[in-house]
Amino acid sequence: MLTVFLLLFPVAAALLLHFAKGNAARVMALGAALVEFVVAVYAAVLSQVTAQTQFEVNLPWVASAGINFHVGMDGLSLVLVLLTAFLVPLIILASFRHDYPNASAFYALILFMQTGLIGVFVSLDAFLFYFFWEVALIPIYFLAGVWGSERRIAVTFKFFLYTIIGSLFMLAAFVYLYFQTGIHGAVRSSDIIAFYNLTLSSDQQAWVFWLIFAAFAVKMPIFPFHTWQPDTYTESPTPATMLLSGIMLKMGIYGCLRWLLPIVPKGVSHWGPLVMVLCIIGIIYGAIIAIRQRDVKRLIAYSSLSHVGLMAAGVFSLTMMGLQGTVIQMLAHGVNVVGMFFIADIIQRRTGTRDISELGGLTKNTPALSVTFLVLLLSTVALPLTAGFVGEFLLLGGVYQYNHWMGAVAGVTIILGAVYLLRMFQRVMLGPDTQFTATIKDLTGSELAVLVPLILMVFWIGLFPGTFLRISEPAIMQIMTIVNR
Amino acid sequence: MGRGPGGGVTQNMTSIILLSVFGIINLFLGFLRSNKILLPAAMVILALVFGANLYDWNAAPHSYFSNMLTIDRYSVAFTGIVTLTTLLLIPFSQKYVRDGQENLAEYYSLLLFSLVGAIMMVSYDNLLMLFVGIEILSVSMYVVAGSDKRNVRSNEAALKYFLMGSFATGILLFGIALVYGATGAFSLIDIAGAVVQPANASFRPMLYIGMLLMFIGISFKVSAAPFHYWTPDVYEGTPTFFTAFMSTVVKTAGFAAFFKLLMVAFGGAESFWIPTIMAITVLTLLVGNVGAVAQTSIKRMLAYSSISHAGYLFIGLVALNGKLSANGIFFYSLAYSVATVAAFGVLKLVSDQRQREDYASFNGLAKTNPLLAFVFTVAMLSLAGIPLTGGFFGKFFIFGAAMDKGYTGLVIFALLMSMVSIYYYLRPVIAMYMRPAEEDMTEPVAVSPFQSFILVVLAVLTFVLGIMPGLLSEVM
Repeated sequence: MLTVFLLLFPVAAALLLHFAKGNAARVMALGAALVEFVVAVYAAVLSQVTAQTQFEVNLPWVASAGINFHVGMDGLSLVLVLLTAFLVPLIILASFRHDYPNASAFYALILFMQTGLIGVFVSLDAFLFYFFWEVALIPIYFLAGVWGSERRIAVTFKFFLYTIIGSLFMLAAFVYLYFQTGIHGAVRSSDIIAFYNLTLSSDQQAWVFWLIFAAFAVKMPIFPFHTWQPDTYTESPTPATMLLSGIMLKMGIYGCLRWLLPIVPKGVSHWGPLVMVLCIIGIIYGAIIAIRQRDVKRLIAYSSLSHVGLMAAGVFSLTMMGLQGTVIQMLAHGVNVVGMFFIADIIQRRTGTRDISELGGLTKNTPALSVTFLVLLLSTVALPLTAGFVGEFLLLGGVYQYNHWMGAVAGVTIILGAVYLLRMFQRVMLGPDTQFTATIKDLTGSELAVLVPLILMVFWIGLFPGTFLRISEPAIMQIMTIVNR
Repeated sequence: MGRGPGGGVTQNMTSIILLSVFGIINLFLGFLRSNKILLPAAMVILALVFGANLYDWNAAPHSYFSNMLTIDRYSVAFTGIVTLTTLLLIPFSQKYVRDGQENLAEYYSLLLFSLVGAIMMVSYDNLLMLFVGIEILSVSMYVVAGSDKRNVRSNEAALKYFLMGSFATGILLFGIALVYGATGAFSLIDIAGAVVQPANASFRPMLYIGMLLMFIGISFKVSAAPFHYWTPDVYEGTPTFFTAFMSTVVKTAGFAAFFKLLMVAFGGAESFWIPTIMAITVLTLLVGNVGAVAQTSIKRMLAYSSISHAGYLFIGLVALNGKLSANGIFFYSLAYSVATVAAFGVLKLVSDQRQREDYASFNGLAKTNPLLAFVFTVAMLSLAGIPLTGGFFGKFFIFGAAMDKGYTGLVIFALLMSMVSIYYYLRPVIAMYMRPAEEDMTEPVAVSPFQSFILVVLAVLTFVLGIMPGLLSEVM
């Protein structure tokens, strides 16, 4: 029942938010998100370290068609539920300095989105998964489209079309697989176990792979499906950007782990090399374009593109190391990128600009901001002892096991990452003041309240990655078993 | 409740009787010239009919008039949709009430009578009854299309609809005559027997030509391509309130009738007509969706969208998959009707006040009228078939019925077309939420509390269908 509570509580809170006005709305939203976080932690404490699905609920949904409301959490789901429950309150808190018009709707959409995200991570029925997949899209579309900056309309329209067209391909695949489950006179079912037990020929798997992968590739996004991403990240209001990059991107990776590898393993091994090449191209491409960016937010967007390429490469390396690296990197990236976007937002709010050439010399007046920025940045660059290091180390190890050359090329990401991030830090934070930055103030109350937990998490993951690796390990091992059978 | 031969409780034709009687009473109510009475009276009548209809749900099927009309679950289910649709639509006629038009009672009565026609279309067992039903429905529609007497477009719509509709009716009748000539029967069951085993093999060409002519006639009524050319113009010219009625009730009844015809009577000749129906399906999907993309008026967009939805419903006909198809068509019609009533309801309120129907007239509606914008968005998402709304499961069940019969290619084509549809359904949403209102349109649109209530009901119904489809996914 805990799972159902985690699912329904945010949406119930979102509905209640309708009656709140202005500041009360965001306080209520924050309260609801904190309750959700506490419950998620409670679930994590209660959970056992096995590959079994826990907190399972299985009710008929469309009984006549064999479609069930089947939710539950194994270690992999739990890690992502924890990430979502951890980040959403921080994202809400991070928005406290802004006065968004029509605030109750704004925060209701964030909570509504949380239901969609958690739904994606706990669904164990294909159509339920698809259902939540789209449920997560609608609020973010409105968040970005209504509260975004100037070019938002065209940009979010592109985003919406890309993602929904991708997911319709996935739906087509699910419908096909659903009919396959009934092919020998058995009762049709869209349960994940029924999908795992399908015996599809290599040819079938080869094309079903692309149908399912289309949805995930757009969501992550993988090169060349990424063209919506930099614009959308840049034009969205910061909370929406954080949701997109911090959590929503993980939907795609989670989808690959849960719904792609075990269902079409032969398809994965057939197309894996091609996807790996795309991932590696994405890593290098994102990094090189990031070097050229003048806009801080856009630079982080491209850096995110580069990092997600590596995570996807870890998935398709099909090694235990790569998969576990992906899990830990999903957490690390979530923490890093949310922090980075928040700092970009703080700088923009204080100085009125995000243009790197107009910034400089921030360190003098803002020691706290500088330190937090540097920690998050170094974690993104994968400095040892920080969260980013563990993830990237395991990921590169996994990719190296898959193919030495690919591992070597992917390793360049760390060098390039250091180039564009440290260069940005140097130009934004160091050097002489500009007219925009002369009178900047340091971090205050609620900003610290957001950044301190993030920094703590950076070091926790960096120093004790075992806490999280242990949770996901049995689930990942089970996925590997199914893939290799 | 009637008693059948076996003594058990049987299903009644209560709804037909009630509607006919009330339709006449309603005409007399018009003499009172009290508009405050007419709308509530019409709503009470429809609620009564809806209740009486549902009351028959568990009773045994029963046939009337020498087996020309059968009231069974199929007819009760579709009668339920058309009655409910009208019930939820009628509150949006209010502008007429306020204007104090003298012939209001006639319009309500026409709607009630046309519902009688629709119910006959969903319960017929005999081609004559089908023809009578279609005619009752159509003649009422010809009149209401022109009900905005001083508007040239409304006049054009009525004339166009009447002329084209008469041709279609003639073709349908010709088809019925040929089928009768070939099989010697009007009754669906007898025709079915003759289709499988004709008395004389040389009659077969005549039967086939008759079938095709009938298909053309009905395709016209449900605005399927290539017999759709009247739709955008007629929909645009007809007062919005009646357009909504046309695109929901007429379509639902048309498809229920079409499915029964194909399933019961012509099922034996499936291999002959499948290519034809398949071609109509593909063409309708293409014309509807691609046509809608190019529109600049929301009303015309909805007209093309109604063509495209005819295409999706046609997939249920192609599948001809017994209960799966029947349930699919039922669910789809219900979800489509609810969403369409919501869309046209909002459009009517906005366009009445702003005297425009283009996308820009919806700009900034989310600021001035959050409820209208929300309900319209829900309607658009449902029509686009996005989860959380009824439209998703409508498509899901219809596509499922077709996949079950192995029409994978057709389903993929329909999926591609629904990707196209997202483009044009999203445009009004963008206008409402993301564009600022134009200068002369910052006034909120006037909505009565009762209309607001009905809009909320429509949105809730859409969500219920989208979240708990199990409630109504297997009614037959």
